[in-house]
Amino acid sequence: MAIEASGLRKAYHDKVVLDGVDLSVRAGSVFSLLGPNGAGKTTTVNILTTLLKADGGTARVAGFDVATETKAVRSAIGVTGQFASVDDLLTGEENLRLMADLQHLGRKEGSRVVAGLLERFDLVEAGAKMVSTYSGGMRRKLDLAMTLVGRPRIIFLDEPTTGLDPRSRRTMWTVVRELVADGMTIFLTTQYLDEADQLADRIAVLDQGKLVAEGTSDELKRQIPGSHVRLRFGDAAQLDAAARVLTGSTPDPESLALRVPSDGGVKSVRFVLDRLDEYAIDVEEFSVHMPDLDDVFLSLTGRSSAEVLVK
Amino acid sequence: MSTITSSSPVFDSVTMLRRNFKHTMRDPVVLFNAILFPIVMMFMFVYVLGDGFNVGGGEYIDYAAPGMVMLALCYGMGATATSVNSDMTKGIINRFRVMNISRGAVLTGHVVSTVLRTVIGMAAIVGVAFLMGFSPSASFPQWLAVAGILVLTVLSVTWLTIAFGLAAKTPESAGFFAVPLIMLPFFSSAIIPADKMGPGIRQFAEYQPFTPIIETVRGLFNGTPSAGHMIAALAWCVGIGLVGYVWALTKFTKRV
Repeated sequence: MAIEASGLRKAYHDKVVLDGVDLSVRAGSVFSLLGPNGAGKTTTVNILTTLLKADGGTARVAGFDVATETKAVRSAIGVTGQFASVDDLLTGEENLRLMADLQHLGRKEGSRVVAGLLERFDLVEAGAKMVSTYSGGMRRKLDLAMTLVGRPRIIFLDEPTTGLDPRSRRTMWTVVRELVADGMTIFLTTQYLDEADQLADRIAVLDQGKLVAEGTSDELKRQIPGSHVRLRFGDAAQLDAAARVLTGSTPDPESLALRVPSDGGVKSVRFVLDRLDEYAIDVEEFSVHMPDLDDVFLSLTGRSSAEVLVK
Repeated sequence: MSTITSSSPVFDSVTMLRRNFKHTMRDPVVLFNAILFPIVMMFMFVYVLGDGFNVGGGEYIDYAAPGMVMLALCYGMGATATSVNSDMTKGIINRFRVMNISRGAVLTGHVVSTVLRTVIGMAAIVGVAFLMGFSPSASFPQWLAVAGILVLTVLSVTWLTIAFGLAAKTPESAGFFAVPLIMLPFFSSAIIPADKMGPGIRQFAEYQPFTPIIETVRGLFNGTPSAGHMIAALAWCVGIGLVGYVWALTKFTKRV
């Protein structure tokens, strides 16, 4: 196990931020901690990366205790936070060089690593420019490149794509996949459900300091009401008629809609439409719903992620 | 160059110093404030206003030079407070914190770069003063004493500045620390003798820390040092330095 934590607790004054969190992350996998703002994601990362002492519980990262073996933990990990920790008054290359010097790589090895990272992150041209001129996406890339200078075995990415445009997000995802291919372990926090869905081998949903679910993306989706077909009708008579002929369906008189359980496949959808045809019932609107992580979040916490984010 | 493994405070401090040095060289405002502006001020006071001041005989440049050196010391400090605060508030410190490096290196880098920059600024002032006719009668040991007391002053004010930088909430408010510091030499014996000032201000000028420091430097340049001023100057330096150092370390430990 690359990361193992049990019963992590943290409170600020009397506000409980983490309330007994257990985690275990297999080496070489991507683990995503998913949750809305204020769920305790960053606090968890800070404890696991030795920046913060937990009030209770234990955690081992790369086999070392985060409370007592901080130095060993620090040499095994890399952290890229929510806000790019780059030096604006240095060039991209100098930022990487600074990291190489602080890691005591030596002149030759340092230059080799820096050149390699500039190449890999497509920053060769920008490398000579001051970071203050970089775009948000470039800053994040440089930030991650700086984290990689020390060749960490475990990388913590705290909301790596928050505030990035869709294209930069995609680039970031590609980079993360490459890191995993290189055998690194990734601990990723995100408030974007699709990001966790795309990248993570295992997902843990954190809400108000507690883990409310854990599993693969598919396992989580299976925990909630399955996929369905949604039909909308012109009037209540049609709705009633449809509800009678489609067994197991749930009508919603207010919106004149009918929810019919279905695996979303062509066969079952055709069956539903054929039945309606047979009884000459007109459908105004038709849609197939597959559960996504948003549904997972809603069913686990009783709030939609959008609702939580707005709050 | 040999590779140094394990955490090494000296090596890390040198790396940080190099970083601060690059920052300084790239910020024209910092260089202007620390080196050119004090020279401009000296021109103004000596050539434009100097003849109007009665400093009790002698050339005004000989009176003003030590005060201008203090001005040079103060003008560069705002940049240090701002840059220390930026390091703490703009995220880079979080990167350093999770790396296996000597944590004090960040502060050491700031202290050494500020002291070096300020000493260069003060040396420039003395150099230009010479070109303007400054003719001190100090002996070699007295010059050494001048250097000693000035470096001590720079060091103590630097630590206080760093403490302010660490204590401030934003880089902007950290930079504000420079304002009273820049005003302080004007309410000392830097430009005119304290006893020529109005009531209230005169007492303030007599008892504030910069006056004994300036008087000590002036005395040494004239070849007539006063032990009283020197003891007061040393006491102020040690006091300011100690408060700054302890305060800075407390704030730094809290933040890091």
